[in-house]
Amino acid sequence: MLQIRIHGRGGQGVVTAAELLSVAAFEQGRHAQAFPSFGSERTGAPVVAFCRIDDREIRLREPILAPDVLIVQDPTLLHQVDVFQGLKPDGYVLINSRRSFDQLGLGEVARQFRHERLTTVPATEIALKHLGRPLPNAVLLGGFAALSGLVSLDAVAHAIRGRFSSKLADGNIAAATEAFEFVRQEMEELAEMKEAAHAQAD
Amino acid sequence: MLKQIEGSQAVAQTVALSRPEVICAYPISPQTHIVEGLGELVKSGALAPCEFINVESEFAAMSVAIGSSAAGARTYTATASQGLLFMAEAVYNASGLGLPIVMTVANRAIGAPINIWNDHSDSMSQRDCGWIQLFAAHNQEAADLHIQAFKLAEELSMPVMVCMDGFILTHAVERVDIPAQTEVDAFLPPYEPRQVLDVNEPVSIGAMVGPEAFMEVRYLAHAKQLMALERIPQIAAEFAERFGRTTGGLVRGYRCQDADTIVVALGSVIGTLKDTVDELRDDGLRIGVLGIHSFRPFPLAAVRAALEHAKRVVVLEKSFSVGLGGVVSTDVRLALSGLGLQGYPVVAGLGGRAITKASLARMLREAVADQLQPLTFLDLDWRIVNRQLEREAATRRSGPIAENLLRDVGTVASKVS
Amino acid sequence: MHQSVKFYQTGTFTVGNRLLAPEQRSVQASTERSNSLNSGHRACQGCGEALGARYAVDAAMRATGNQLIAANATGCLEVFSTPYPETSWQLPWIHSLFGNAAAVGTGIAAALKVKAIKAGQEHSPVRVIAQGGDGGTTDIGFGCLSGMFERNDDVLYLCYDNEAYMNTGVQRSSATPPAARTATTMAVGAHPGAEFGQGKNLPLIAMAHEIPYVATATVADLRDLEAKVEKAMSIHGARYLHILVPCPLGWGAASHDTIRLARLARETGIFPVFEAEHGEVTAVTKIRHHVPVEEYLRPQKRFAHLFGTPGHPEMLAKIQADADRNIRRFKLLDEAPQEA
Repeated sequence: MLQIRIHGRGGQGVVTAAELLSVAAFEQGRHAQAFPSFGSERTGAPVVAFCRIDDREIRLREPILAPDVLIVQDPTLLHQVDVFQGLKPDGYVLINSRRSFDQLGLGEVARQFRHERLTTVPATEIALKHLGRPLPNAVLLGGFAALSGLVSLDAVAHAIRGRFSSKLADGNIAAATEAFEFVRQEMEELAEMKEAAHAQAD
Repeated sequence: MLKQIEGSQAVAQTVALSRPEVICAYPISPQTHIVEGLGELVKSGALAPCEFINVESEFAAMSVAIGSSAAGARTYTATASQGLLFMAEAVYNASGLGLPIVMTVANRAIGAPINIWNDHSDSMSQRDCGWIQLFAAHNQEAADLHIQAFKLAEELSMPVMVCMDGFILTHAVERVDIPAQTEVDAFLPPYEPRQVLDVNEPVSIGAMVGPEAFMEVRYLAHAKQLMALERIPQIAAEFAERFGRTTGGLVRGYRCQDADTIVVALGSVIGTLKDTVDELRDDGLRIGVLGIHSFRPFPLAAVRAALEHAKRVVVLEKSFSVGLGGVVSTDVRLALSGLGLQGYPVVAGLGGRAITKASLARMLREAVADQLQPLTFLDLDWRIVNRQLEREAATRRSGPIAENLLRDVGTVASKVS
Repeated sequence: MHQSVKFYQTGTFTVGNRLLAPEQRSVQASTERSNSLNSGHRACQGCGEALGARYAVDAAMRATGNQLIAANATGCLEVFSTPYPETSWQLPWIHSLFGNAAAVGTGIAAALKVKAIKAGQEHSPVRVIAQGGDGGTTDIGFGCLSGMFERNDDVLYLCYDNEAYMNTGVQRSSATPPAARTATTMAVGAHPGAEFGQGKNLPLIAMAHEIPYVATATVADLRDLEAKVEKAMSIHGARYLHILVPCPLGWGAASHDTIRLARLARETGIFPVFEAEHGEVTAVTKIRHHVPVEEYLRPQKRFAHLFGTPGHPEMLAKIQADADRNIRRFKLLDEAPQEA
């Protein structure tokens, strides 16, 4: 079972992101469960949403305490909420930011995990470009598809198409695709650097 | 058709497929998405002919439902928590008059203190009124139970409430098979009332009944619930045959056959318990889960049959009778009269406190070692309870309890779990 | 030389009926009347509510060709009309709770609407009335009533106002007039009887909802009551009829004074009789023979403490002032109020 936890603020579409992810998994023939953290939400307050994906019926109903994947839609949360709580050692982290992990002050934290599974993507900027609005939620899912390969970009696009009106869907899919490319390229560069480092070490 | 859909929407769609003629509801968290979904279906014409009435209170909702059902229309409403209490007089009236209204209760805690999250206190507060109470463990079951509920209600001429955990089920998006209209039509015939306000055959409904006949009228409500004990499993079987899946029924056991310890529960926590029990079984513990799906009528015989071979029974419930202890536990205990079983009531999840696999596992290991208290409150923070008791002992003007406790608990918004 | 002569209802209206065109005759004069509230009910001698309900419901039955369903609140009418195991009602009738008659009416109307659509009709031929006393209407039933008005549900609501919770032993309701003695506003102390509050004018509140038809009536003008019911049934949407029904027991009046007291309530200006549509007054029954409030109050023991020595002349004066205000407000007299 894959457990994904998404952090953001009220009004950023965190709950929608979790739902879209669950629909994408469904499109790929898998079982998925998405639900919000049910806090007293208001615009701007920290919000958490969860998504579980599995190949069999999902019976568990507790909040996700030990996520395999962490998606952070709003970097201003990083020093207010302990988003990394419970993250598995080989977990994936995707943060919406122009800056790197080090630049975000997360260098120490990042070293506890597998660095090729951590990345940032400027999802808000990409969203502004394609949607004209700073809504990074669907965009980040494109980035996640590239980071983990656990859900396909196609399925994400399908889920977006099913949820939004055609114009909004087009914009979101374009943005998600750009985020996918961005992260894929980063992963490639990272792999090349690693290979180069190994080659040097030998 | 398989859909990845929010629980509330699944319920709205299956209620619509059941062809209700009058829907009247008042919004209350966490039921709102259900009535919004139905409102949209009526307004768009997808569900027609149907009157959707925006009433001014829950009391009005149940009252409008009473008038509508008495006039021969298939009628539906939904509520939760405070709303259920506000309509309580009418809830009793509906079952007292034998009107086959179907109502969703999106289980939520009752205040004070005000709390919008899930527990079973609302449904439990109405367990004696004569309504049949069915509980869903997951959203497929929540959807299916509404179809079964209309059939059961109209056959017996008794109202039925379908209980589903607020937020945990209503707001969870998961896979649900929404049946086809033709299939539902074949399963659920049009409503043929037993009593109806008809100008061609006038009757008076709702007269006063004195000591000379009141006991008999009340007994007849009980007799109908005893009939329901027979019909509920039959309807579930008929449903399974037509739709190809098992939902509803009185009780369903999981790994109970050779269990020494059986955990009894209602609602969505059954799923978490199954995962927990699988892990404990891997550790060699002989544990099973018994899900109760019909709470009223309470299936005494079925519960007894499922539990009697075990050594101990843990009743894990999201309900609590202040001054006594468990609610479900008390009913289960009745089913086990005379047997020498160890029984452990465990109250958990009140007001939406998360019930985790880890806590359940820890508690069940204590149960197996017979180290559990006679009454357990799972994950209760004794520290803040005791702080408050000390506060009250120290000064008369100790202030509102809730505010004191929340100050001790600290900020919640930045917590992850 | 022709002179038109107006016939009033005084005493028996047999005279009036014979000289009227058939369609103007009282429903009760016809052997075809439905007797919806049949004899054998257990109302008190002189009960205004039994009289009013019989006239009102039969008039509604005639207006609808006997296609009528009634929802009834808990109260005197419900209790005396359905003494277990009997019922006086000859139409489909449901009693649910004290405060929900209007909502039950809404539900019945909704069901009938759907059934009509299924039968290919635009409207259901069957109509709905909801009825209750002042307690069930102005107090505990207020929320449901307002909701029914606001949604313009197709229900005629009939309020039988005897100005207190009579069935439970004469306790004060928001319709109890100032100074009246009730079991919870006893005639003792410095301010005996019910307080002089703001009052709660249900007909005006109904008008504030701008519903298609609002009217008041009394059991002193039974033809007027029938006519208003029939008028109401010719309209679709939310309608409200507020009927003053004296209660001999609760008011401490003689059982033969019921109709006379209702007339005096009108003639003093204490109970304005009028009609309104969509929030505007359309017709008013003028006072024929204006009398001071004392004439109305004296025959009722519930006001006995106002009289005698020293009595409460200041309360009497206030009641008179309120009546005069009604007269001015509703133009119940063509000239200024006279002293008797």
